[in-house]
Amino acid sequence: MITARYHREIPQRYRLEAGKCSTCQHVAFPPRPVCPKCKGRSFETVRLSEEGKIVTFTIVRVASEKFSKQTPYAVGIVELQEGIRITTQIVDAELDKIEVGQRVKLVFRRVQEDGRAGILCYGYKAIIA
Amino acid sequence: MRDVAVVGTGMTKFGELWGQSIRDIFVEAAQQAIADSGVDYIDSLYVGSMSPGLFVNQEHLGAVMADYLGVNPIPATRVESACASGGVAFRQAFLEVASGASDIVLAGGVEKMTDGADVTDVLAAAADQEYEVYHGITFPGLYAMIAKAHMHQYGTTREQLAAVAVKNHRNGVKNPNAQFRSEVSLAQVMSSTMVADPLRLLDCSPVSDGAAAVIVASLDVARKLNKNFVKVVASAQASDTIALHGRESITTFKAVVEASKKAYKIANLRPADINLVEVHDCFTIAEIVVSEDLGFFEKGKGGEAAKQGLTAIEGGRIPINTSGGLKAKGHPVGATGIAQIIELYEQLTSQAGPRQVKNVRRGMAQNMGGSGASCVIHILEAQ
Ligand SMILES: [Zn+2]
Repeated sequence: MITARYHREIPQRYRLEAGKCSTCQHVAFPPRPVCPKCKGRSFETVRLSEEGKIVTFTIVRVASEKFSKQTPYAVGIVELQEGIRITTQIVDAELDKIEVGQRVKLVFRRVQEDGRAGILCYGYKAIIA
Repeated sequence: MRDVAVVGTGMTKFGELWGQSIRDIFVEAAQQAIADSGVDYIDSLYVGSMSPGLFVNQEHLGAVMADYLGVNPIPATRVESACASGGVAFRQAFLEVASGASDIVLAGGVEKMTDGADVTDVLAAAADQEYEVYHGITFPGLYAMIAKAHMHQYGTTREQLAAVAVKNHRNGVKNPNAQFRSEVSLAQVMSSTMVADPLRLLDCSPVSDGAAAVIVASLDVARKLNKNFVKVVASAQASDTIALHGRESITTFKAVVEASKKAYKIANLRPADINLVEVHDCFTIAEIVVSEDLGFFEKGKGGEAAKQGLTAIEGGRIPINTSGGLKAKGHPVGATGIAQIIELYEQLTSQAGPRQVKNVRRGMAQNMGGSGASCVIHILEAQ
């Protein structure tokens, strides 16, 4: 992953910045140029809440090379308070105790290391609330 | 739009084809299809391929294949729609002939997956790279999350998932081109290595090399060839959010629902009018969800239907994946959508040998990309 590409996503990965549609109030994460609900094109930046619940999840046991040192690890879809859903790792939990519906909180963590560019890549992860 | 037919087919065996390159296998399938159809020219060709750039560092496949097939200077184009690349290539050929722009078009698909690439990494490129894959999700992981949600919402069981793999392996035994020609038991599936909970190794389609090609022609050309042909009575395609988490429902593929609605409307048919279907069973859960989304079973009942044998070749209500599906036949990604069309062609022209379903008139092929962000559906009819 090249550094510029990583850098562009920092507002979302570090600060959960989303786009709130000025017309219909729909919140899109990540922000996008056209509102998927009303086709509006004007947005204000809002920050998502860091609390939500697990909609579904899996334990990844076979990963790509980049993540192979972390296996087994949990990844889930988490629904935040605004109704926005995101994909995130679920960490600091016993893997066999994770359940659909559990409440989680997002925290700031190291997500991966880039072998070639050598940079550390950060972002949100979920812990059981 | 004028009527369009499939007039010839060709495919390599699917599997680990270490002795052949990506161009070798495509040319083999394409030459077979041309010979089988009896046409003496093609107006253009489409190659469906998901990621030759990442798998073997070769882009520009349209030109590569036209060159090695010896058909320059005809138009030759690669079509990419992740795992639906083959089905979409077929649709492009269909549209080109239906529009009257061409009379005879070759639609093929190919993938060379065993040349050493990080397959998990390449396949994940069909998902949202920045907001799914960045967090470590894999392709099996996405379908595992669908399975988990389907189990949670509808009570689908681990055993029902396994029943899909058992049935598809049983069908694959009867397919000479299949990668796996061996049966597996429920117990074997349910004790195979865990890949992404709750999906195990035998819930997953394999890593495969392979190519498939068909000749698409106007009905006028088809009649003059004086050989077996089948008519394309519907071609439909739909899209959905790239990320699984962006969907209102994780247990329904909206693109499948939308594309099938369109296909049924175009052909003026209902699910009950379809005699067999090839579905995109990249993972066992996908076959279950798709069998519901196509309208063959009530939502949430797909797992039970598979377990009860309602999707088997014999005694089934709607035979699903008589070819062995992606699970047993193999899943060289770009070739899959074309191989589905080939299975329908063989069934509808009564050439499927021990896999033959009796009294078949109409077959459906459902091919999808990513975690369901693309879906293309065709309905073929015997003549
Ligand atoms: Zn809006």
